[in-house]
Amino acid sequence: MNALRSLFFGLLAPVIAVAIAVVATSVVIIASGSDSGVGSFWSIMLAVPQDRILVNIVNQSSMIYLSAVAVAIGFRMNLFNIGVEGQYLVASYAAATFVGAALLPGFVNIVLGLVIAIAVGAAWAGIAGLLKTYRGVSEVISTIMLNAIAGIVVSYFLDKYGVHGGNQVNTATAPESSWVPGWTPFTSADGAIWSLDLLAVLVGVGFWVLLSRTRLGFDLRATGASTTAAVASGVSVERMTLVAMLLSGGVAGLIWMPAYFGSAHVYGTTFQAGLGFTGIAVALLGRNQPLGMVFGALLFAFLSAQSNSLTLQTDISSSVVQITQGVAVLAVVVAYELVRRSRSRVEQRAVARATAPVNQEVAA
Amino acid sequence: MRRTTKIAAVAVVTAIALTGCSKKSDTSATDASSSASDDICKTADGDGPMIGLAYDVGGRGDQSFNDSAYAGVSKAVEEFDGSCVEGEAEDGEAESAREDRLRQMADAGATAIIGVGFAYSDSVNAVAPDYPDVNFAVVDGYDPDSKANDNVAYFSFAANESSYLVGVAAALTTQTDEVGFVGGVHNDLIKAFEAGYTAGVHAVNPDIQVDVAYIEESDLSGFSDPAGGKTAAAGEFDKGADVVYHAAGASGSGVFDAAVEAGDGMWAIGVDSDQYLTATSTQQPHILTSALKRVDVASYDFIKSVNEGTPDTSYVTYDLTNDGVGYSTSGGFLDDVSDQIDEYASKIKSGDITVPTAP
Repeated sequence: MNALRSLFFGLLAPVIAVAIAVVATSVVIIASGSDSGVGSFWSIMLAVPQDRILVNIVNQSSMIYLSAVAVAIGFRMNLFNIGVEGQYLVASYAAATFVGAALLPGFVNIVLGLVIAIAVGAAWAGIAGLLKTYRGVSEVISTIMLNAIAGIVVSYFLDKYGVHGGNQVNTATAPESSWVPGWTPFTSADGAIWSLDLLAVLVGVGFWVLLSRTRLGFDLRATGASTTAAVASGVSVERMTLVAMLLSGGVAGLIWMPAYFGSAHVYGTTFQAGLGFTGIAVALLGRNQPLGMVFGALLFAFLSAQSNSLTLQTDISSSVVQITQGVAVLAVVVAYELVRRSRSRVEQRAVARATAPVNQEVAA
Repeated sequence: MRRTTKIAAVAVVTAIALTGCSKKSDTSATDASSSASDDICKTADGDGPMIGLAYDVGGRGDQSFNDSAYAGVSKAVEEFDGSCVEGEAEDGEAESAREDRLRQMADAGATAIIGVGFAYSDSVNAVAPDYPDVNFAVVDGYDPDSKANDNVAYFSFAANESSYLVGVAAALTTQTDEVGFVGGVHNDLIKAFEAGYTAGVHAVNPDIQVDVAYIEESDLSGFSDPAGGKTAAAGEFDKGADVVYHAAGASGSGVFDAAVEAGDGMWAIGVDSDQYLTATSTQQPHILTSALKRVDVASYDFIKSVNEGTPDTSYVTYDLTNDGVGYSTSGGFLDDVSDQIDEYASKIKSGDITVPTAP
């Protein structure tokens, strides 16, 4: 009974949030006076995805999930790493440059490329971590600034050392022996589910183990719940801040690696920016829970992939799904608070009822 | 008490949600109404060729690059009694989303598909081999690998030449001997605009100072950021420039606003389309000229070639000699100096002047 009730309360908030998002999106579409109408919007969005869209959803959600985990590691100890965007940008460029140089044979090149991505992502996040621990600089400010710096630094190096062709500039193409293509469930035109999507699974499981099964995870959560309590029980907050930033940045470094090894093979025009910010939204939506973020990532990837047909078939802009996504995140924060309150009221009442006769006896 | 807080909280969320969206709904309302009445792709259903038009970031309504492509397509649709489908790129979208957009168009029956913007080079290269009967074109595109596609055309524009001419116009107009340039994204494509512009300015008077600013280093959002364009241009006007040329797509409207706010005698130069024609009446007195990049001509020619059964393939160059680029004279602000500008134009055509492509 209790398990059922907590499941009910656990699901209540996300369901309310998604419902509000659906209503808000519909209202916007009606208010904008679209000729196609709300009906066609939802029938396109909720249509059974085509084969290649399914492939895209899997690929996109795994990258979004990696980003969400990177953000959540910080969130769990009240550290707002807004800099995931910059961290995976720098890491992707560094890894692509290394792998493109083809200094080592195939498999070793791949492994070292991933290690470099993790290391560079962690190092970039570490700057913000060091600033916070030694100089007390708010990580929100420093990571946002590091995002801008990352963009400029990478563009500079890419422009200077990249391969220019036509109107584009890329890093050198990775040698074919270092490609990690993946599994083609349908036809080759529908694309492949990249093998390195498995990184998301590994990182997700690792995140769960870290949080609930290790000393480090306990310290992390303790620091997040109460700094003073953590200090009292012998946790060094400075050390935890740095460790959390490094871990967060390391995971961030992996975000674009499935796409790089799977299909892009260069860092350049095909680099997908913005995943770092999507990760923040998904971490909020999934309440920083390993499983919750899986659903968040799937939902975001699904909405984005499905929305591509909108401008082709209706007069509704595909940006409308950003309203759905934004409202869902906003609503989930409020919904959780409301559910928490009503839940505690239900529990209080239950406790009161259970203890009431005892009190009467005492009074008598 | 708690109940009121709760209701207040819900009210605030709804308010934020709705006000946050109201801006969006405003724009989509105008989009929707304009697309209902103007958008030929929603109304045309002829038996002629079906055209797919995949816009770059900024999309239709940027009054510049994408709208120019649309103008060419709508002319072709009317003339050949065809039909068309449109799709638009999102900021920071996945490469797979671009490919999916092109495939959806091909699956819908489009026989000529135009990717507007070099960012479609890779996706067209990936998709084209799967649809041998469909002809593709990429504006500003290039073949990313050594394997040539025999159903893809790449339009390249000598934007450095048109930029050179508006640079001459800027140099002949400036009173402060200082002019500005605002680029959307600091990539090779936009650097060619900067290089041509600077060369044109210095051809008239080497002492004129050219201030250069880019909105974004590499993020394509620089082409859809009017606020960023306004900040960059306002900075140059503040420094003393009195003519600012933008090559920033939909961000250009911010550059025009900056010129309006800078006051009388402050000029902005448009890009790609004749932007005087689409500017607001307060902006118009400040739009000196526009550097034309005839994406509309290229798009129309491509569809025509497909319709005639001899589709364009490989690289197709548009420059001054075939009127693929140029400058506009709407507003009549250049009436006194257009002879001098045309002189430079004929020197470029004859090869007496070689315009640089990189700063």
